[in-house]
This record gives sequence, structure tokens and C-alpha cells, in this order.
Amino acid sequence: TPHSCKTVPGPGMGDFSYVGIDAILEQMRRKAMKQGFELNIMVVGQSGLGKSTLMNTLFKSKVSRKSVQATSQEKIPKTIHIKSVSHDIEEKGVRMKLTVIDTPGFGDQINNENCWQPIMKFINAQYEQYLQEEININRKKRIPDSRVHCCIYFIPPTGHCLRPLDVEFMRRLSKVVNIVPVIAKADTLTLEERDFFKQKIREELRANGIDVYPQKEFDEDAEDRMINDKIREMIPFAVVGSDQEYQVNGRRLLGRKTKWGTIEVENIAHCEFAYLRDLLIRTHMENIKDITSSIHYEVYRVRRLNENNTAVAHANGLPQHHMTSHEM
Amino acid sequence: ANSVDKNARPLSLSGHVGFDSLPHQLVNKSTCQGFCFNILCIGETGIGKSTLMDTLFNTNFENFESSHFEPKVKLRAQTYDLQESNVRLKLTIVNTVGFGDQMNKQESYQHVVDYIDTQFESYLQEELKIKRSLHNYHDSRIHACLYFIAPSGHSLKSLDLVTMKKLDSKVNIIPVIAKADTISKSELHKFKIKIMSELVSNGVQIYQFPTDDETVSKINTAMNGILPFAVVGSSEEVKIGNKMVKARQYPWGVVQVENENHCDFVKLREMLICVNMEDLREQTHTRHYELYRRCKLEEMGFTDTNPESKPVSLQETYEAKRHEFLGDLQRREEEMRQMFVQRVKEKETELKEAERELQGKFEQLKRLHSEEKSKLDEKRRSLEDEINTFSKKKAAAELLQGQSFNTNANLKKDKDRKK
Repeated sequence: TPHSCKTVPGPGMGDFSYVGIDAILEQMRRKAMKQGFELNIMVVGQSGLGKSTLMNTLFKSKVSRKSVQATSQEKIPKTIHIKSVSHDIEEKGVRMKLTVIDTPGFGDQINNENCWQPIMKFINAQYEQYLQEEININRKKRIPDSRVHCCIYFIPPTGHCLRPLDVEFMRRLSKVVNIVPVIAKADTLTLEERDFFKQKIREELRANGIDVYPQKEFDEDAEDRMINDKIREMIPFAVVGSDQEYQVNGRRLLGRKTKWGTIEVENIAHCEFAYLRDLLIRTHMENIKDITSSIHYEVYRVRRLNENNTAVAHANGLPQHHMTSHEM
Repeated sequence: ANSVDKNARPLSLSGHVGFDSLPHQLVNKSTCQGFCFNILCIGETGIGKSTLMDTLFNTNFENFESSHFEPKVKLRAQTYDLQESNVRLKLTIVNTVGFGDQMNKQESYQHVVDYIDTQFESYLQEELKIKRSLHNYHDSRIHACLYFIAPSGHSLKSLDLVTMKKLDSKVNIIPVIAKADTISKSELHKFKIKIMSELVSNGVQIYQFPTDDETVSKINTAMNGILPFAVVGSSEEVKIGNKMVKARQYPWGVVQVENENHCDFVKLREMLICVNMEDLREQTHTRHYELYRRCKLEEMGFTDTNPESKPVSLQETYEAKRHEFLGDLQRREEEMRQMFVQRVKEKETELKEAERELQGKFEQLKRLHSEEKSKLDEKRRSLEDEINTFSKKKAAAELLQGQSFNTNANLKKDKDRKK
């Protein structure tokens, strides 16, 4: 039976001819509120760049690993570890399960070659786990999503250019995950130094063919492109994090107090934290998750399904059902 | 040491973060993509399916009056693009054609079941593809099935029960009483009770409006108790007071479609579209489609655990099946090749035989020809001999004649001289 597509003049205005199709928006909203949302953010960068503080600032609560797992003296680990903590947070009836994935030890060794490997392995393992759930005969009603939606990469504020470590990491990982680079501890740069640094970084990213979020090729339409072009001209955001509040002009604001003044974290004249927060949380969060599931995950799936499965099974010596991490 | 903390702890926020905009972001995305909704209408010819759809969506869909003489039940699907404020809906309405018209109705439901399964299969195929585009996929799975019950006032027909029983695990069934303006209010009440009790006693699972969300549980619970909806459809408008309303005009009065005292049309529209459209879509995907998928994959021989209860991946089974299939294919190829070779040989011998025959005939003809030729040569020779003989005789005769003529002439001369 052929399907024919016709455009019929829509239901007219006026009470008696209202059908109620647009009520589906409210139904979707209701469903989303009931189900809640999931978000998995990974933070990558050397020790001391303020990763934990920034996470806490972004989510206005103690979400970072350090806040959760109290360690009196944090030793720099000898290898890279991947540690994730999950939180249930709620705002105006919207519930979210936020998972922050920390990577202590990254970039801290003397020899940092292949430091990207354990992280790549972890990200692929999440894709693998999702894939295994998806191809089950008896599937769960809602497959738990542990895939890394966004990886915030912390660039030390040297003011010069990217280091080989930065380039290598971002080059490899931008192919499998959304990377959002930020300039950490930006309060050590003047505005001119900051602009120069950002420009250098953008040039180097371009020269190395590194596509960070928002990727140009995934712009959906002209409107999208316009909005994203503006963002692409501003990244990487120069951020300052803080979970301390200070009194400034009669208001209590998050900031860093120094002898020469107080840096207001949410003041865009001081740093670009607000832009980062708006991008990640208020405007592009759904889009970030979308790109992860419909592009990065699909790329992984295609590659995986095209492999010779028996070879992989033999190599692992395990039935394929268990979570196997592959070094890609 | 890696650690993944699966237990999420509740945390309170000390300020406004901003992720409360997430539902808005989600809805925005969906609005850009548009929505899909597919309704299947099952009912006898002339029961008012098309009219009801027109009334429900406030438009004039292209409708053909169907004949009552269809040999088999067919399904006709048509897709429309509707828009209301900023919401774009791709609506597909599938109507049965000729349902209930046949003398023997045993196979009536089968076409409907097959159609529903085909849409599930389509989706499953797309989902199993290696390179897939589920976001652009035009979802043709049936989200709601309106089953039109004839307003007999007594009970369900056996065709109704059989059909609904076959469909209740495949699609969300919402039964409606068609042309409800032919039943009186008291009869209607009894009719509804009879229908529901028959459905229950026959184990037919119709769609239940969801009652777990407190925002809508009250109205949904109430509506569940009013099923099946008694509906009247009309594309004609009648002036009541100073408004034009959709209605059916009779000599004894006017049945107003949107008057809740007259029929349940408004309730149907409310439930089907305004309150539960998303739930209907979700149930189709998470329950009916999953069931289909599970059964289909199990039928094809896939399992999640092998005989030793060890987890078996879909891929392993798939690879094994593919191997089997390829082996099968090779064998068939070989068979075909053998058969081909055989046929070629046979044909060759046939042709050789024919050639030999032909050659034989040729030889024979040649012989005959040369025989004929020699016979003819002989005849010619004998003829030539005859001619020669004749010529000689003629020459001799002429000579004799000449001589005798001369003699006669001489004799005549002599005679003349003597005179």
C-alpha cells in the first residue's frame, strides 16, 4: 500500500476548530520531567589546574571526586586513573543524574606518551557497554547511558601555544568524543595575553585538523551555524573557578579574593565562566548528548559491527557479552 | 585503579545552575524534527471511519467511497503534513477496505496483522543496519488502532472479538462505537457495559490510558471508565444559535458532534490527541515493538544465552548464521553449476547427433543427385545418338529424294521432248 504525502491546510484558529496537536509538546515535557535526565562529563588536565573547583562551580555543589572521596593528602598517582562519581541533582522539578569522570594522573608523569590511551579505552568501553545492551534480545526499557557526553580539556595558562601533549590528546579524542577545551586559571592572564593565547590555540587546532565542540560539520541549519560560529570564535573559554562567595557591591558573588581585587567568576568582564556554563548547561546540553548518541556512538557501532567478530572473541578469550575494552 | 561509582547520591544545589532548561531544549529539538503519528482504523465499510478522521483532525482528507465487493481485506494508507502553531505533525491514516464484507471472514484479520508486522519489520531492519539513520527514519509503526464497533446495541460480533484478540499484543486498541446517534442513551449505557465485559471475559487487552502521572491520572482514570467512546462524525456544519457547529441534521433534531451530552467525540479527541499521544507512541515503541523484535530474533535463532547458559552475543550467533548461510549458498551455487554443465553436455550430444543426421542426409542427397545426373547423361547420350541416327537418315533420305527428283525432272524433260 503506497504512502502518499499531502500537505493539508492545517487546523484553523478559533476554539471550535482547534485540534490539540500542539499539546504533544506538553506531553513530551511531562515525560521528560518524569524520566529525568542523565549527563556524563569528563574532566581532563594536569593536577592543579582547578578541575574539581570548576566542576563544583558549574553545578553549584560539591560534585567533584575530591569533594566526595575525602583524601587528606592527595598523592599524584603513578598512572592515569579513571574515577567517576554520580549525583542526583534537581532544579525546579527537573531531575538529573550527573556523573563527573575524573582522570587523575593525566599529564603528570615524566613520560606522558600514550597518556590518552586509558581515556580512549574508557570512552570506548562505555560505547561497548551501551552497544551490548542494545543488541540484547531482552532489552531494558531504558538503557542506562554511561557514555561520555562531553570531555572538558584543561589547557594550562602558559600564554604561548599548545603543548605536544595537548595537541596529541585533542587530536585523538576529538574523533570519539565532544571536546570542550578551556583555559584554566585564566586569572593569570591579562585580557591581551588571553586574546593572543586563544588565537594561537585556534590556529593550532585548525592546523592540526582538530574539531572541537561545536563541530562545524554537525551544524544543522543556517540558524545553528550562525549561533555556533559565534561560539567557535570565542573558544577556548578562559575560566576561573571558585566555590567561595564574597561580598561585592552589596551582593554575594562567587569569586577569588586577592590583594589587588576580587575576581568575580560569573562576571563576563572578568572571565568567561558564564559562557562555558551557558554553552554546556543552558543551551547546548541536549545537543551535546545528541551528537554523542547519534554520531560518535554510531561511528563506534559501525566500526565494531564491521570487525571480524570471531577474531575479537578469540583475542579476548571471553564471550562477547561482557564489557570488553578495546584499544582502538 | 579505576572506580566507577554507580550509586548516585542526592545533592542539593546552592544556586541556580540552569539545567532546568533541559525539557525546553528537548522539546525544541523535537519541534524542529517534527512528530509522527500513525492511526489505523478498522471497521466495516460505511461505518464512518473516514468521516471520523476528517472530524477529528478538522480537515478534509481525500476520501474514496469503497465498494462492498472487495474479495479480500485491503489496507490503504495515506500520509498528511499537518501544522498547528509551531508543531508539525506527519499523520498517517490507515484504513481497512472491505473489512467484514466477505462471505467468509476467516482471513479478515490476517491482512491487518501482516500490515502491522510489516511496519515493525521495517523499523527492525533499519535498527539492525550497520550504517543506520534512525533520526531521519519515517516511523510507520501504528501508534493507535481505532476499532469501530457497529451500533447494534446488543453485543460484539464474533469478527470483532477475534480481530481484537489477534491485535491486542501488537497495537494499542481503542474501541469506539460508531454512528452512536442511532442508539438511545439508556441502550448505549447497557451496550458499553456489555462490550467491556465481553472484552474482559475474552481476555482482550485494550489500551489503558496511563494513570501513573498525577497530572493526568484523574482524567485518564475517568476516561478509562467511559470506554468504548460513542462517537459521531460529521463534516457538515449546522447553525446553532449564532455559531456554525459540526453536526448531523435530522427532522427530529440536530446531533452536535462537539456537544458532550450528545456523544463522546470530544473525549476521544482529548484522550487520543491532547493528553496521550506521546504515551501511545511510547507504548508502541517500548512494548509492542520490543515484543515483536524479541519474537522475531528468537525465531531467527538468536538467544541471549547459549545451551550452557553462557551469554552469547547477538554477533556470534549472527556470524554463525552467516557462515551457515554462505555455506548453503556455496552448495547451491555448486549444484547449479553442475546442473549447468550437465545440460551443456546434453545439448552438445544432441547437437552432434543432429549434425550427424544432417550429414547423412546430405550424403544421401548427393548420391541421389549423382545417380540422377548419370541417368540424365545417359539419356542425353542416347538422345544424341538418336539425333545422329536421325540426321543420317534424313541426309540419306534427302539424297535419295534429290536423286529421285532429278530423275523425275529428267523423265519429264524427256517426255516433253518426245511430244
